[in-house]
Amino acid sequence: MKVELENLTKRWGDVFGADSIDLEITDGELVAFLGPSGCGKTTTLLMVAGIYKPTEGVIRFDERVVNHVAPKDRNVGMVFQSYALYPHMTVFRNISYPLKLKKVPQEEMQRRTQQVADMMGIGHLMDRKPAQLSGGQQQRVALGRALVKEPDLLLFDEPLSNLDARLRLSMRGEIKRLQLELGITSIYVTHDQVEAMTMADRIAVMREGKLLAYGSPEELYDRPRTLFIGGFVGNPPMNFVDVEVVQENGAYHARRGGFDVVVPPERGGQAAGHGTVIFGIRPEDVAIADDGVPGEIYVVEPLGRDDLIDVRMDEEARVHVLADPALGLRIGDNVKLRFNTDEAQFFDPETEQSLLWA
Amino acid sequence: MTTPSTEPGRENGTRRSLRRAVPYLLLTLSVLPIVIGYAWVIIATFSYRTKGLLPIDAEGNIGGFTLQNWTFVSDAEIWRVALNTFGIAIGMVIGVGFVSSLAGYALSRMNFAGRKGFLGLTLVLHAFRPEMLLIAIFHVLLFIGGIPLIGKFFGFNTVGGVALVMVSLELPLGVWLMKGFFDNIPWDMERSALIDGASRFRVWWEIILPQIKPGLAALAIFNFITGWNAFLIPFTFTLGSKVSNLPVYLNRFSEDTSMVSWNQVAAVGLFSLLPVMIFFIFTQEMLLEIYSGGAKGGA
Ligand SMILES: Nc1ncnc2c1ncn2[C@@H]1O[C@H](COP(=O)(O)OP(=O)(O)O)[C@@H](O)[C@H]1O
Ligand SMILES: [Mg+2]
Repeated sequence: MKVELENLTKRWGDVFGADSIDLEITDGELVAFLGPSGCGKTTTLLMVAGIYKPTEGVIRFDERVVNHVAPKDRNVGMVFQSYALYPHMTVFRNISYPLKLKKVPQEEMQRRTQQVADMMGIGHLMDRKPAQLSGGQQQRVALGRALVKEPDLLLFDEPLSNLDARLRLSMRGEIKRLQLELGITSIYVTHDQVEAMTMADRIAVMREGKLLAYGSPEELYDRPRTLFIGGFVGNPPMNFVDVEVVQENGAYHARRGGFDVVVPPERGGQAAGHGTVIFGIRPEDVAIADDGVPGEIYVVEPLGRDDLIDVRMDEEARVHVLADPALGLRIGDNVKLRFNTDEAQFFDPETEQSLLWA
Repeated sequence: MTTPSTEPGRENGTRRSLRRAVPYLLLTLSVLPIVIGYAWVIIATFSYRTKGLLPIDAEGNIGGFTLQNWTFVSDAEIWRVALNTFGIAIGMVIGVGFVSSLAGYALSRMNFAGRKGFLGLTLVLHAFRPEMLLIAIFHVLLFIGGIPLIGKFFGFNTVGGVALVMVSLELPLGVWLMKGFFDNIPWDMERSALIDGASRFRVWWEIILPQIKPGLAALAIFNFITGWNAFLIPFTFTLGSKVSNLPVYLNRFSEDTSMVSWNQVAAVGLFSLLPVMIFFIFTQEMLLEIYSGGAKGGA
């Protein structure tokens, strides 16, 4: 099912939960709503589910305006952050509850519930109460309950945030596989950008109730349209340095004090002549080398596979670099940095818009 | 005497158990007067007369056990009075439980004009002493009595009327309590049920109410006891023993004979306590559960 949000707004007095959101989700797509806590992700999701009435705007399911359709008639399944299982009901009764409400015949109800529970790997726990289950099992029950009625749209509200790291990783893959197999259009709310990047076909980045960007993970990562997106998407985050881009002897240079790097003309050309601009480069595109921009190591953070090195180039310019722990770098060491400027980004410091992709 | 050096363990042990006994001793002493009071009641009901805690006969000799104080149980009147009392108590359990669990839900979950004002007003209403309202209530009951059919059951000098007044006086507290219980149920559970396809009423009945069962039980017990022991309202709005309840009966009983037989009053009093005590024994486990955590959260 296709979902369309048009100018969708939710206000309580003068508090904005969601502020004129425009978005289209194609059939079978998994879209992640990504943003910090309190940015309006849940509000938007609950409007789609029919729990909140929009203050303004339109929600369409396959061209049909559903603003005034009751939640029970929207045929959506939802998984809550708190799981929201019914504590007084067994696993079987929890999962079969949507079918019972649809007055599905007893025998079919039994069969479908068992089928979904088996698919979720909790078929043997049917007689337990939620309190007797682990967090991961509760999560599966919640998922089963959302799936059992064969919904046209699945809504996930930070479903994995209460699980431990290892379980989160495996559930992430499992949800993605399920969604692909069943081909159900899905909205997946998260504040974890790794989750969004790995699972979503497209990511809607939100902040303070507004939709800031909407695109595929690659698009957001490689072609950030704003300074915020550049800094928000990717982990560890992008480095920003104020530079001036000038053309000299046919080559473009990004410069500040002792910092001088050559940038490819198709990028440098866009940034030249704007005075001071913000140069953005990801930690993985900076390397410790034998020659290049000099700097002094300020902090070393071991991440396991890599060390995250904070290098100070001058009083105001610092960059994070991913380096091999085998190099044995220490605080206070003097190093040289080489920049892979093929991936350089440039932003206007006033408008914070990209000079490359705006 | 054993020397501490040879048997230190034993010495410490006695001292420790002595120290442990002290609080119990003090507590026992402090409740003794009350225990003696109850003991007197029980002994008195089976005695001709009492001297202190000892039953005595007409000549003042120890002895004189008798069942004569309990002869009232063979009287049909006492059973009608007991039935009235039960009617008021059950009326309160059902009336207050039903209205408060609906009103409490609405106040907790729905947004409507005047919600805040209503909540404030409910609290103020509870502060009114029923004594202040007696005259007004009397007029209301007279008015209800004038309505055909309904008046027969809920007017002045009817058990239904008394129950109705008791329910109304207890509702502010009941509504507030229930609102509090509903407030503790996570919104997500309700939203989830709505999305699963339940109507608002089914959400209330199938999802929310089962989770505040302990709270409902507490309210029911509390109301049963209040209704069972009600005195002021039944005393004011009933005439004669046909519609009176046990506390009122007991009161009249101790007033209308010139020579009050306190032993008989004690027997009637004990009789009227029995159902509450039985009720309590059966429900105390449930009551204890309420204070040890209330609604058991699943997720
Ligand atoms: N029922 C409500 N009444 C008033 N304000 C609300 C309500 N629900 C959410 N908000 C506000 O709307 C904003 C967005 O909330 P929410 O959608 O829950 O954020 P998120 O899910 O992204 O963390 C927050 O500022 C929050 O305080
Ligand atoms: Mg949220």
